[in-house]
Amino acid sequence: MPILEGKGVTRYFGGLAAVSNVDFQVEQGEVLGLIGPNGAGKTTLFNLISAAIVPRSGNITFKGKGITGLKPYQICRMGLARTFQTVKVFGNMPVLDNVLLGAFFGREGYVSPADARATAGDALDFVGLTHTAGALAKDLTLANQKRLEVARALATRPEVLLLDEMMEGLNATEVNRAMELVRMIHEKGITVVMIEHVMKAIMSVCGRIMVLHHGAKIAEGTPQEVAANKTVIEVYFGERADA
Amino acid sequence: MEKKTSKRVFAIGLTLLILALAAAVPVYAPVYTVILITSILMYMIIAVSWTIFSGPTGYISLASAAFFGAGIYTAAILGSAVPLPLVILLGALVSSCLALLVGGLTLRLKGIYFVMFTFGLVELLLHFILWWEVTMCGTTGRVVPPAGNATVFYAMLTILVVLILTVFLIRRSRYGMALQSVGENEEAAAHAGVHVTALKVVIYSVSALFMGAAGAAMATRWTYIDPRIAFNPLISFVPVLMAIFGGIRPIYGPIIGAAIFTYLEEFLITRFPYYYMLIFGIIMVVAILYMPDGLVGLTRRVWKRMSRSRHAHT
Repeated sequence: MPILEGKGVTRYFGGLAAVSNVDFQVEQGEVLGLIGPNGAGKTTLFNLISAAIVPRSGNITFKGKGITGLKPYQICRMGLARTFQTVKVFGNMPVLDNVLLGAFFGREGYVSPADARATAGDALDFVGLTHTAGALAKDLTLANQKRLEVARALATRPEVLLLDEMMEGLNATEVNRAMELVRMIHEKGITVVMIEHVMKAIMSVCGRIMVLHHGAKIAEGTPQEVAANKTVIEVYFGERADA
Repeated sequence: MEKKTSKRVFAIGLTLLILALAAAVPVYAPVYTVILITSILMYMIIAVSWTIFSGPTGYISLASAAFFGAGIYTAAILGSAVPLPLVILLGALVSSCLALLVGGLTLRLKGIYFVMFTFGLVELLLHFILWWEVTMCGTTGRVVPPAGNATVFYAMLTILVVLILTVFLIRRSRYGMALQSVGENEEAAAHAGVHVTALKVVIYSVSALFMGAAGAAMATRWTYIDPRIAFNPLISFVPVLMAIFGGIRPIYGPIIGAAIFTYLEEFLITRFPYYYMLIFGIIMVVAILYMPDGLVGLTRRVWKRMSRSRHAHT
């Protein structure tokens, strides 16, 4: 049984179908890539899964339970965490507090301060930001702010992690480090769904890829299958085919 | 580390000293001073409890007068039936229940909409109670059984001490951290597991708790109240200005702001009765323009510059 599943998920913005009738399955432990041209509905799909917005129709189940209609904090506490396309760190709070917040509130039930500190410390260590713990989050580089978001999400002890364009705006070295981080998260046994435009990262890190275009799913499969898919080449790599 | 603990001991010592001095005021000071300090304490309570919620979240609430007035009316209605501590406690409860209700309805609103609604609430309550008193009771005002000046003074002091302890507890707790994260980025806080709405509503009602208590205590000193006195819009604005003037972030910011402001008002009103509002306004404009972090922030900046130049000489 898939750990995360969507059936007929649909959401309109005005008359525009941002996500229309999308079915998806995410298997436990996999790294699923979500790609598509700008405006394809990738982030909207993330927002629908994490309950930032409510679908107009369709159902999303997580660990066999329907989660449509729940609030973001409930979904987070069930074990589904996310990061944001434009970083949303708590800029005027210390790096450690950013992560502590996830540790304190991201799980069901009472979390003791000692437990939260240990979890936050581990998460910071995992993404390699321990040395910045006392700095204000806004003073970090973009790459490190993105890693901080990952640490905050990991501190909530998720089973599924949604990464929204973690590598956007990073330089080559930072992209490599980010790819390494995704592999480490995967090795921890956490299921990852990632939106990405950096093809190198998608092709090497993801076990499976799903392609969205104009809000609809147009292809799905291994990186090789997707790269060879005719429809995908038309809509996604279309410019190159014309040239 | 050692420097930090000695600083803390100093702060606690200083606080206790100020408290002891304050507690002795009714014993040795003239009545005028006692009354003046009572109203300073009242403003301190409202300004500090305003910052509990509005400081970290950035939701500017102008409903202070409504919560304060709810306390006043509780005292006016129950005043003669129950002893003063209970009156204050009930005033606090009534006003925090009001905040729960209002918060639940309005904390979905953001920015200017929230500000407008909270201010509208003051007017709404004012006119509702005015209508009620006129149609149901046939009068507009009520007499509140007076408590002595010293009693009200001690009541205010106690409320302020409890308030300061509460602020410390909240700030040190995970909820203080969560509240700050809501101010930083509400969406991210929600996706990190914070039940944002519940948190905001509860903290909002905690801040109203103390405003209501202050109102109930103050009513027993004013002895006559009517809706226009109880729901005076200035009570919504002035404490906000005090908090901004003093500095919102550190807890002593609004305390210092309230003390200076109240004293300044008293001073100007007696010396320059015709110009006092004008002078007051100019001071406020200058404060907002040149002291973004309030008096406390300004002092820190000056202190830093001074210590830097001292280092430069050595």
